[in-house]
Amino acid sequence: MRPALVLGAVLSAIALVAALISLVWTPYDVTALQIGARLQPPSPAHWMGTDHFGRDILSMIMAGARTSLAVALVAVGIGMGLGVPLGLAAAAHRRRWLDEAIMRGNDLIFAFPSLVIAILITAVFGPSALNAIIAIGIFNIPVFARVARAGALSLWTLDYIRAARVAGKHRTRISVEHILPNIANLLIVQGTIQFSLGILAEAGLSYVGLGAQPPTPSWGRMLAEAQTMVVMAPHVALFPGLAIVATVLGLNLLGDGLRDALDPRLRGRVA
Amino acid sequence: MGRYILKRIASLIASLVVASLAIFALIEVTPGDPASFMLGLNAAPETVAALRDQLGLNEPLPLRYLHWVGGMLSGDFGLSYTYKVPVAELVGDRLKISLPLALIALALSTALALPAGLIAAARRGKATDAAVMGATQLGIAVPNFWFAMLLVLLLAVRWRLFPAGGFPGWSDPLAALRALTLPAVALALPQAAILARVLRSALIETLGQDYIRTARAKGLSRQAALTRHALRNALIPVLTILGMQFSFLLAGAIIIENVFYLPGLGRLIFQAITQRDLIVVESVVMLLVFAVIAVTFLTDLAYAAVDPRLRRPA
Repeated sequence: MRPALVLGAVLSAIALVAALISLVWTPYDVTALQIGARLQPPSPAHWMGTDHFGRDILSMIMAGARTSLAVALVAVGIGMGLGVPLGLAAAAHRRRWLDEAIMRGNDLIFAFPSLVIAILITAVFGPSALNAIIAIGIFNIPVFARVARAGALSLWTLDYIRAARVAGKHRTRISVEHILPNIANLLIVQGTIQFSLGILAEAGLSYVGLGAQPPTPSWGRMLAEAQTMVVMAPHVALFPGLAIVATVLGLNLLGDGLRDALDPRLRGRVA
Repeated sequence: MGRYILKRIASLIASLVVASLAIFALIEVTPGDPASFMLGLNAAPETVAALRDQLGLNEPLPLRYLHWVGGMLSGDFGLSYTYKVPVAELVGDRLKISLPLALIALALSTALALPAGLIAAARRGKATDAAVMGATQLGIAVPNFWFAMLLVLLLAVRWRLFPAGGFPGWSDPLAALRALTLPAVALALPQAAILARVLRSALIETLGQDYIRTARAKGLSRQAALTRHALRNALIPVLTILGMQFSFLLAGAIIIENVFYLPGLGRLIFQAITQRDLIVVESVVMLLVFAVIAVTFLTDLAYAAVDPRLRRPA
């Protein structure tokens, strides 16, 4: 097995396990403030030190993983849930008005500066994790629509699909029964990439105060709060940043590794 | 070609109309009355109503949309509710920071990505390739605002090589460039990583083409085939990405401008959103969307001019 794939899987698994464990246990209570223990450097009691409110940074990172992963995962779900059917429909009606309308709509979404619109959406509907999910999810839709359409188009020219069509199967049924299972690999790989991008986007939105709101821990907000203290206590900014890097890197490596493993043409190549 | 251009122009106009409608609609649902916001909490209702009249906020929606679009077409972007100056002037001032910042970041990212992509493609499958690709994976994974904080900590606070934030203005060009260096580096890193990966893939794809094989069979060294023939062809996707990155850098520097307290275009949008200065928000977002659509349009035309296959319908 490729080392990059293994590393990616391990890093992603660590983030996932940390998020899951934080649902039932964290080393310290992330809502309990201990001003007397503020800005302590890493020690056996606090492996990653404490923040300006005396909260344990490791515990905050574990709970923050939950927020980041949940936001990114649901945003991918929105993108897949809406984008894939649109892409499949466009491919099934290639060169007809539906295809044209869907693809031009996609182009239009791509033309919008995503971060600006995400900020606008969260500003319009109020800063929250849910609105961050919607803002990130909207920009996932055209990505999945394009991937699904591109993958489906090549399949529609194959003999067995034509045979199904001649046999009288409806385009929608062919798309669901024959096309979708065959582009699942593509979608999984793209899903992993969008997942990692979602984590970065959530961190960015939280950093400017438009993501998850207190007391929900979030990696981006931890960094925003650390900004004024980074000179006094660099560990406050170091660990949340490393958590983001490790998780995004893990997911990217996992995505690349899966793509190579699932695509026989890429086996043996270095990505 | 003529028919293709006409079709693309029709598509461009349709995209702009739909985009303007979408932006206008989004701004309309934004809570908060700009007039109340401008006058403060203690303003008399009559004063607020008078200001709403003056700003044209009482007009029917379709009329307001037409006024807005008509004004933009004639170069009048309206008056900022907060700053009380024409939006065009405001945008012009902010562009004096955002445009150079985007250009420096783009130049930096290209300067880093071209050699990295070339080396990785030339040494494909070797340790150098793996190292460059590993570094690019890391570059993509690093949030630029975190990288910016680390840069400030090391290069501004510890070693005092660059200012930690703010912008002194262009009256002292050297100081201005120093102020833009760290933000540009922070912006350039992830872009360079993406660009290097795209270049490497494009080069590897091109190196597998028959004409490269022929050139090699005729005795051209691998290095010469790479730099003389493959690089030129591989630059097409790279230029597309560069165009997209430029739009992103112009608009997407919001967070970095916040880290470094730079009064650029991104920070203007962010402040305008929080201050409910809606005329600024809708005009700037529309300008950015126009820039992206126009760049895409010009790129499509340029491709169609050099590659006749693209003019045929899909």
